[in-house]
Amino acid sequence: MKLPSFEGGVHPPDGKALTAEKAVELYQPQGGELIFPLLQHLGAPCSPAVKRGDRVLRGQKLADSDAFVSAPIFSSVSGTVKDIGPRMTIPGSLEECVVVENDGLYETGPDLLETLGLSRPAAPEEYLKVIRAAGIVGMGGACFPTHVKLAPPEGRVIRWFIVNGAECEPFLNCDNRLMLESPDILAEGLQLCLSLFPQAEGIVAIETNKPESIQTMSLELERLGDPRMRVAPQEVKYPQGAEKMLIRSVTGQEIPPGALPADVGCIIVNVRTLYQIHQALTLGTPVLDRIISVTGDVVVSPGNFCVPLGISVRELVERAGGFSEDPVKVLAGGPMMGISMRSLDVPIVKGTSGILALSERSALLPVESNCLRCGRCVEACPMRLVPSNLDHLVRLRDYTAFEQAGGMNCIECGCCTYNCPASRFLTQTCRDGKAAVTAERRKKGAPKK
Amino acid sequence: MTSRLVIASSPHIHSGLTTQKIMGWVLLSLLPAGLAGACFFGARALTVVAVCVVTCVLSEALWQKAMGQPITVSDLSAAVTGVLLAYNLPPTIPLWMAGLGSVFAIILCKQFFGGLGGNIVNPALAGRAMMLISWPVAMTTWTLNGVSGATPLALIKEGVSASVDALPPLWDLVIGRVGGCIGETSAVALLLGGGLLIWKGIISWRIPVVYIAVVAVLSLLLGRTGGVFYEVLAGGLLLGAFFMATDYTTSPMTARGQIIFAAGCGLLTALIRTFGGYPEGVSYSILIMNLTVPLIDGMTKPRILGEVKK
Repeated sequence: MKLPSFEGGVHPPDGKALTAEKAVELYQPQGGELIFPLLQHLGAPCSPAVKRGDRVLRGQKLADSDAFVSAPIFSSVSGTVKDIGPRMTIPGSLEECVVVENDGLYETGPDLLETLGLSRPAAPEEYLKVIRAAGIVGMGGACFPTHVKLAPPEGRVIRWFIVNGAECEPFLNCDNRLMLESPDILAEGLQLCLSLFPQAEGIVAIETNKPESIQTMSLELERLGDPRMRVAPQEVKYPQGAEKMLIRSVTGQEIPPGALPADVGCIIVNVRTLYQIHQALTLGTPVLDRIISVTGDVVVSPGNFCVPLGISVRELVERAGGFSEDPVKVLAGGPMMGISMRSLDVPIVKGTSGILALSERSALLPVESNCLRCGRCVEACPMRLVPSNLDHLVRLRDYTAFEQAGGMNCIECGCCTYNCPASRFLTQTCRDGKAAVTAERRKKGAPKK
Repeated sequence: MTSRLVIASSPHIHSGLTTQKIMGWVLLSLLPAGLAGACFFGARALTVVAVCVVTCVLSEALWQKAMGQPITVSDLSAAVTGVLLAYNLPPTIPLWMAGLGSVFAIILCKQFFGGLGGNIVNPALAGRAMMLISWPVAMTTWTLNGVSGATPLALIKEGVSASVDALPPLWDLVIGRVGGCIGETSAVALLLGGGLLIWKGIISWRIPVVYIAVVAVLSLLLGRTGGVFYEVLAGGLLLGAFFMATDYTTSPMTARGQIIFAAGCGLLTALIRTFGGYPEGVSYSILIMNLTVPLIDGMTKPRILGEVKK
C-alpha cells in the first residue's frame, strides 16, 4: 500500500543500523566542567540568574528571560558556578555561557511544581506556565519554545496534534530509542496535550523503517484506550520529519508560505519534546538531559546515550570509545542537516540529537562543476522550488529576484545538494540568500513576513 | 586527533551520481546504435565516430587551456557530443568535414556559451545543421553496401507514394539495414540504449514517449504514405527523441515543461516532414524547440508548497 506523502524528497542510505539496536545508556559524568550557553532556542537569549561561586543543584535555574519567546536554562548537575563568559559553541562561535563545575553528587533541588506552588500533576490551565518554566523547546533541533507553539493564535481550531517520530535524518536513533523505551510516558504525554485541544486527534507519525517503534507505540496508545490517539506510519523518505512535509503527509494540508502549522489546524511536536512535556507536567522536571546518538563509521562503539546537557562533545565521543581513525567531519546532528564542528570542546545543548563522525570515505567533500540543468534538484525539492535558479540568483547577488522566486521558503533540508551531479552548493547558496534577505529586511525595518 | 576537521555547510553526504557517471551511461547506451552502424555501413562509420570524438575532446581541452580554465574533458560531455554528431552524419562524409563540424559544435556552440550547461542549443545538432548548410551534397549522400540511394523518408518526400513497394521493408528499418546517418538507422539498437537510460533514471520517459507519440498521431492525421510505424522507425526520430531532445541543458527542467517541449518537437517534425523542403525534420525541430526552453521553464515553474496559484 502506498502511504500518502509529500512530493519530492530523496532516499539517502540511512545508516541507522549502527545504533538502532543499542539501548539508551545513562551516562552521568562524575566531575569536570559543564557548559550552558544562554541561547539554546529561537528567541531572546537568557540572562544569568546565578553568579560566579554560587552552589547550584541539579534542576536549578541558571538563566532566564522576561521575553515571551525564550526558554530558561537549568543546571543538569550539582556543583559550583565557575564562570560566566564566552565559550565556543557547536556552530563555532563564542557565546555567553554559564560554566558549572560538577561535584558528581547529582543533588536535586526542589522541583518546578513545588517552586510554582502547583498541584501534582499540574492542572490543564497551568500547563503552558509549567512548560515555559521547564525550558522546553523543540528538541528535534529547531529549538522553538514549546509554550509558544502550544498557544496558537486566537480563533485557530487545532484538529491534529502530531507527534513527530519520523526521524528521517539518516544515522540518528535517539527518537526511535525513546519510543521503544518510554512509550508509556509518550502516550500519557500525548493524552495530557490533547486535554488542551479538545477537537484534536493525537497522531504519532513514525517512518515505516522503525516497525518496532510503530508496534510499541500502537500497543501503548491502545492500552490507554483513548479513541482520539493513533499511530500513523509514514513512507520512508527524507525529509519526512520536516514540519511542513509531515503535516502534508499526515493531513494532506499544505501550509501557505509564511503561515504557521496552527493556520491549517496543526500542532506538531518532536517525541523528545513530548517526553519533556510529560516530565514537567507530572514530575516538575525541567529539561536537564537528552538522548544523543553517537555514531558514524569511525566511532569505535556507536550507541545512544542519555547525558546531562552541557557535557562536551569530546567527553561523549570518548564514552563511545573514541575514534578508530581521524574523522574529516564531526557533525552535531545527522548528515543531511547537521552542523560541522571545528572543535570537540563544545557543549551539548537542548537541540543536539546526534554526534556523527564521518571518515573521508563517507563525507561529502565536493568539487563544484557546471550546472547541467538536469532538474534533479527540482525533482528533489520538497518545497517545490527551483534550487538551480535560486543558486544562480544568489551568485548574481540578485536578492530581490531570489525572494520573488520563493527562496525564503527554502527549509535547508539539503535534498538538492544531495542529488546534484555537479555537486553545486545549492543548499549553501540558498542559506546565504535567505540570510541576505533577512538582513536587508532588518535594515529596512520592514515587518517580518 | 581532530586538528583537521572540515567545516562545511550541510548536507554532508551525496547520492554519488556525478556528471561523469551520467555521461558514461549515455555513452554506454549509445554503443548498440554505433555497433549497428558499423555492421551495416562498415568500418568507415567507426572512423567517423573516432574522428568526431577525438576532435571534440581535443577542441574542448585546447580551448579551455587557451582560456586558462580548468580542463573538464574528463566529465565525458565532449565525448558524448562527438558521438552524437557522428551518429548524425552519413558514413561517407569526408573526415575533414566531420572534424570541422566537431570544432564548430564544441567551440562555437558550447564553449562560447560558457561550456557545459551554458549552451542554448544542442551542440551536436547545431554542428550537423552547419554541415548540412555548408556541404549539402556530402551531407545527403547515402550509401548502403556500396550502392548509393535515398533514405526511406527521402523516398516518401520524392513522392514514390504511388508504390509503397519501392520503400524498404519495415524489418530493415527495425534492424537498421537502410540508408541513413551512422547512428540513426537501427531502431532496435536505439530502443535498447534509450531503454537503458530510462531504466537507470538518467533520462525520464516523458520527452521520448511524448515526442514519438505526437509524431505517430500526426502522421496518421496527415495521412503519411508509409504509415505510423514507418514514420516512427525511419529517419532520426528515435535517435533524436531518446538522445538529443533529452539533453539536460537544452530541455526544460520540470515535468510539465518537458511534455510541452516534446510535443513541440513532435509537431515541428511532422510538419517539416510533410510540408517542408527537407525529407527529415528531427534536427531542426529539436534545435528550434531548444530556443524555447527558457520560455517554457518560465511558464512551468512548479507551484511552491502551500502557494495558491493566482
